[in-house]
Parts: sequence; structure tokens; C-alpha cells
Amino acid sequence: MLQLENVTHAYEGRTVLRDVTAELAEHRIGVIGANGSGKSTLARTLNGLVVPDHGRVLLDGRDTRRHAREIRRRVGFVFPDPGTQIIMPTVGEDVAIGLRGSGLDRAEIDERVQRILRRHGLADHRDHPAHLLSGGQKQMLALASVLVTEPEILVCDEPTTLLDLRNVKVIERTLRTLPQQVILLTHHLDSLVDFDRVVVMDEGSIVFDGAPAAAVAHYTARMERGATEAGGEPHLRSPDSGEPAW
Amino acid sequence: MVTVLGLYQPGDSLAHRTPAGVKLLVLFCAVTVVLVLGTLWVAVGGVVVSALLYPLCGVRARYVWRMLRPLLPFLALIVGFQVLTGDPWAAVRTCAVLGLAVLLSGLVTLTTQVSTMLALFERLAAPLRHLGVRPDRLALVLALTIRAIPMVTVAWQTSREAYLARGLRGRPHLMVVPVVVGLVRSAEAMGEAMTARGLD
Ligand SMILES: Nc1ncnc2c1ncn2[C@@H]1O[C@H](COP(=O)(O)OP(=O)(O)OP(=O)(O)O)[C@@H](O)[C@H]1O
Ligand SMILES: [Mg+2]
Repeated sequence: MLQLENVTHAYEGRTVLRDVTAELAEHRIGVIGANGSGKSTLARTLNGLVVPDHGRVLLDGRDTRRHAREIRRRVGFVFPDPGTQIIMPTVGEDVAIGLRGSGLDRAEIDERVQRILRRHGLADHRDHPAHLLSGGQKQMLALASVLVTEPEILVCDEPTTLLDLRNVKVIERTLRTLPQQVILLTHHLDSLVDFDRVVVMDEGSIVFDGAPAAAVAHYTARMERGATEAGGEPHLRSPDSGEPAW
Repeated sequence: MVTVLGLYQPGDSLAHRTPAGVKLLVLFCAVTVVLVLGTLWVAVGGVVVSALLYPLCGVRARYVWRMLRPLLPFLALIVGFQVLTGDPWAAVRTCAVLGLAVLLSGLVTLTTQVSTMLALFERLAAPLRHLGVRPDRLALVLALTIRAIPMVTVAWQTSREAYLARGLRGRPHLMVVPVVVGLVRSAEAMGEAMTARGLD
């Protein structure tokens, strides 16, 4: 189980996570919140990509500060931009490279790659140049490349943000059928209806934590209040400085 | 756009099944032999044979042309120079040797996956381990270098489109910063994705 204990983190003196404490045990957990509220930073702490300034993040009691490598193997991560997650020239090679140094021999690697490609509808594209896939296919490839190493937990940071509605649905359906625990950061609120738990972030803190419907209602009300307070002017807020967030 | 990445042609011909190391060795020997002791006719025969190997290996014949096309300006220069110095047959021979080298190495590229080639480099570089070089790192660096080609293209296209869309004509230097920033961004994101996948 992933645990956050009093996690606080700042970028260049600007606090983006404030004393976050949570136990992430449920099978499907959603994380929502405004732009810049700290969702991605929180997600990055879960596999040690970000080590918090204060507090600890633990996986089954092991601290990401000391066991980052092991934890990264156990916690898979999918990023918003599928283009930057692809490393190898062809689809099959990209999936296979995650199995380097896994101790599997060539035949076993081939077998596993083929199986995962088939499961994600990419079997016909095995020898295709990966950078020529469509956005949806690229994201599916990124997902397959992470899943081939069989992580216990999957953290997805807005995996559907750059996709069209059909591909959003395809990716969401795939995530729903995974046996792994899934932690999904998203702005697509309706994709969280059947989740076990949804966490709402605002200005670096968890401001709501509960059932999906209640969480979405809370978040929506909060955002509408925020927009009204801004007086209808387009105004992009960032957590600390009150300056525009670019 | 032709990139190294789009080149691999799936298939199961003899050339596909031959280990990458053997292919490279054959390539090296063939070019050396033709270069060192090849007469005019050996060289010309060699080009013809290499061209014929394409369809035999299940690679479409138009790739022969695609391989040779970039070579044409150089061939033209060589022919021009040697005709001027009064040795047209030497011109034919030189062109044939170059054509042979390009066609054969092209065929190796077309029938070998990058990952296979990298695995070979990794093995060849294994002795460097004693000098403190990590062969797997070397192979990964090569893979990333190849990966960088479409990345640069994308950064360039994106910046160019933004530049044109904003009507900024005649000041192409304005694209330098966005291209560089775009590349650094992509490189950072890619580095992070690699770390997350345990490839650091
Ligand atoms: N590497 C970084 N260096 C400096 N500041 C950063 C970095 N990453 C994030 N930030 C800042 O931290 C704050 C929280 O960012 P984060 O990416 O966690 O937000 P988010 O909730 O994921 O937002 P979004 O919905 O836009 O993805 C933002 O103000 C952002 O500018
Ligand atoms: Mg984010």
C-alpha cells in the first residue's frame, strides 16, 4: 500500500504540496483538481520521481527516498504526452526495451511483447515505426510498455488529455479492466463514476476525499466559486504567488 | 521525410534471419574485396547483384532508388572530375563501388531492427567494460540518438507552424528559441519517462 506522511514539497521556494497525508489502498483512485493544484507533483512522489522536501512516501513501508529504484519497478507511471514516452523506433522494440535486464531470454521477451501488444490492439503494428502511430495508439503503446513489466500499481497522469473522445473511452476501458491498482489523475470527471475513491486537490492540499459523486460535486462547486470571485475575467491562478501560472 | 526509423522492412527472408553480426561482416568483406582487387567489371557486377538482392530479400525494389538517390550529386561530382582528368572508366568504377557500398549497407539497415543492431554493438563494446564504459549505456545512447531525429523534426515543425500562424514572416531567427525550448522540454519529459520505466 502507498502511504503519504506529511508530504510537503516546494519548487524554487514555492510550496506546491502542503502537508499531505493519505493512505492509498483502494483499487481505483481518482485525483482531480485545478491546473497547478499539485496533482502531477503528488503523483510523481508516488514512484520517487519527486522526493518530497519534508515527510515521507512509503510503499509497503519502504521509503521512496531510499528505495526509489525498486519502487519504480513496482509503481508504473504513464505521462500525458505519449510522444515523449516512446524510446525505440518500432512498436515491438519499445515494449521490449522495458524488459532489458529482466533476466528473461529472447523467446520469453518476444512472447510477452506479443501477448501485451495483442491485448492492447497493437499486434498488427509490431514492426511499425512508433512515432508514426496516431496519438491514441501512441498512448496505448506507452501504457503497454509500462504494463509489460507487470507493475503492481499504475499511476496515470492525465493519460487521455491529448486524445479524442473515442480514444479517451478506449484508454479508460483499458484502465478499468486492469488487475492492478490504478491511480488516475484526470480532468475528465465523468470517467471517475465507478471509482472507489476520488481525491480533490487544491493549492497543494487534499481538500476532499471520498466517493466519486461527492468529490466531483465538491470540486465543481469550488471551481464555480473561484471563477465567480475572479469577476468573470479570464485569470489563471497559480497556488502561491497569485501570479498567472505560466 | 525519410528517417532511419522508418526504414526497417519486416520480413523473413534469408537476410532477415541472418544474425546482424554476420551481415555486417559480409558487408565489410564485400566492400573491401571490391575496393581492393575489384576490376571495373567486378564493381559493376557487384552493384547489379546488390540491387538484385533487394527483391530477393523481400524488400521492394523502389528502395534501391531511394538508397541511391541521395548519392547522385556526389556521383555527378566524381564523374565530372574524372572525365575532366581523362579517365571515364575510373569514374564508372568509383561510382559502382560507392553504389555497392550504399546498397549493401542499406540492405543491412532495411532487414535489421535497431534493437538487434544495438544488441550487437553492446556485445562488441563489451571489452570496453574494463575501461569503465558500460556497454548497455552505450547502446541506449545510440538508440536515443536515433530517436532524436523525429523529435527535432517535430520541434521544428511545431515552432514553424506557430511562427507562420502568428504572421511573423521574414524573421526566421525568432524560431530558434522556441525550437531549442521545445527540444529541451521533450528531452526532459523523455528523461523522466525513461527514469519511470527503470531505464536510467
Ligand atoms: N519541475 C518544476 N519546476 C518548477 N515548478 C514546477 C515544476 N513542476 C511543477 N511546478 C509548479 O508546481 C505547481 C503544481 O504543478 P503540478 O504540475 O503538480 O500541477 P497539476 O495539478 O498537475 O496541474 P495540471 O492540471 O495543469 O497538470 C505549478 O504551479 C507548477 O508551475
Ligand atoms: Mg499535471
